[in-house]
Amino acid sequence: MFRRRAAPAATVTVRLDGEAVAAAAGDSVAAVLLAAGADYRRHGVGGAARAPFCMIGNCHDCLVEVDGVANRQGCLVTVAEGMRIRRMRGKPVLAT
Amino acid sequence: MSDARFIVIGGGVVGAAISYGLARLGHPVTMIDGADDAFRASRANFGLVWVQSKGLGKPDYAAWSRRSAALYEDFRAELEDESGVDCAYHRPGGVTLALSDDELEEQVAILGQIRGEAPAGEFEFEVVERAQLDNMLPGLGPEVVGATYSAHDGETNSLFLLHALHGAFQRRGGAYVQGHHVTGIEAAAGGGYAVSTADGTVHTGDRVVVAAGLGNQELAARVGLEVPVRPVQGQVIVTERADPLLSMPTLNVKQTREGTFMLGASQAEVDYDITTDAAVLKRIAARNLRAFPFLSDLRVVRSWAGLRVMTPDGFPIYDQSPSHPGIFIATGHSGVTTAAAHAYVLADYFSKGEIGAELAGLSSARFHVQA
Ligand SMILES: Cc1cc2nc3c(=O)[nH]c(=O)nc-3n(C[C@H](O)[C@H](O)[C@H](O)COP(=O)(O)OP(=O)(O)OC[C@H]3O[C@@H](n4cnc5c(N)ncnc54)[C@H](O)[C@@H]3O)c2cc1C
Repeated sequence: MFRRRAAPAATVTVRLDGEAVAAAAGDSVAAVLLAAGADYRRHGVGGAARAPFCMIGNCHDCLVEVDGVANRQGCLVTVAEGMRIRRMRGKPVLAT
Repeated sequence: MSDARFIVIGGGVVGAAISYGLARLGHPVTMIDGADDAFRASRANFGLVWVQSKGLGKPDYAAWSRRSAALYEDFRAELEDESGVDCAYHRPGGVTLALSDDELEEQVAILGQIRGEAPAGEFEFEVVERAQLDNMLPGLGPEVVGATYSAHDGETNSLFLLHALHGAFQRRGGAYVQGHHVTGIEAAAGGGYAVSTADGTVHTGDRVVVAAGLGNQELAARVGLEVPVRPVQGQVIVTERADPLLSMPTLNVKQTREGTFMLGASQAEVDYDITTDAAVLKRIAARNLRAFPFLSDLRVVRSWAGLRVMTPDGFPIYDQSPSHPGIFIATGHSGVTTAAAHAYVLADYFSKGEIGAELAGLSSARFHVQA
């Protein structure tokens, strides 16, 4: 659905749901997920498929788990080498 | 006379439950409510339908709370049927956690006294040891020594409840007049009462119910009733959603059906102030993190302050004006818990024109200065 307009000058490797994925340095986490294809996340109430809408920090539809922390706004987090990103399939499960 | 026309002043959970109950009995009812900037405990509360700890030294009130809780499942089902709104009520029982032996001892003493004041077998609770508690609630902190549990307790979503009551009331033909501040109640020329609002509109009815929350003191005084209510502020914290963990509410922490955790609640005499305060919120968070340390993984998404409608002894007031028969007052704390009794029992008393003896101990006469 989304295509990069130019090849990235520099790349970093992140883990998306455990898989190694190449991202452009400076990408937001949301951009990495969009570039990786459909099924961004499932809403925590009702399970509807959702994806980022605004990409500027307002809509909260880009929520994603980053390095073990759930519900981060993917559009506001910049990728880093080795970052562990997980798509959210519903609500976070708390460790008790 | 079920054709008596009622004017209900106040559209919070107390006024709306009574209005719905009256409309359900076939009365024509107009519910007059203040503007959106009014103080509304009904939109700021914790949503517990709570029985344990209610009515210490006032068995009438303890019994009234139990009666309402016992009616709640039918109430919920009927409201959902009539309004299409599911108010998320359930009654898995509830616990009050103790963070020290002293706390537990004090709680057990209070509940024991309430049980002693109730007719045999009507109020039961259990003292739950820590080991047993771990099977009921996950993730308890090391300081939790035990809890009291009562099967009478439950919880609802109080915003959905209010929405359901308004919807069901209007579906029964009730009229809701919003944004009008009542300024006068007078005997009408042809019998009945004239209720006037700030913009000069006059509504006439055979009977009037004053259920205006913190507005009650002033309104009730106009019809010779002493109703000393004052605001007691409470602040509440709401976290982001998480997968279901708590299957039952505790007095200060509950998880909503949508997954958020609600953390309550402070008590402060700050007059008409609904600003939140970081120091207070910090205390609420700190106390509840001792109970459930896993809450530290969650972000806070909202917090607010609301004003409880409090009487001097903490118990509600139900009364009829001696000088203006047919004018009733209903007010007090825990209007969510008592909503089912308000809709089904209190509305019936108002319909019959006389408040039943079960509520005699809750009349305003208890605040009269003894000569
Ligand atoms: C933080 C907090 C937590 C709580 N937790 C619980 C709980 O867990 N369980 C429980 O049972 N209870 C709880 N309560 C108490 C409960 O919220 C109240 O008892 C209940 O909401 C009171 O409802 P009410 O309709 O009397 O008042 P309100 O909700 O205050 O409504 C009064 C209404 O009257 C209207 N009004 C006032 N004056 C006039 C006038 N002159 N003319 C026209 N309209 C007027 C206002 O516009 C308002 O809409 C809590 C309260 C707070 C603040």
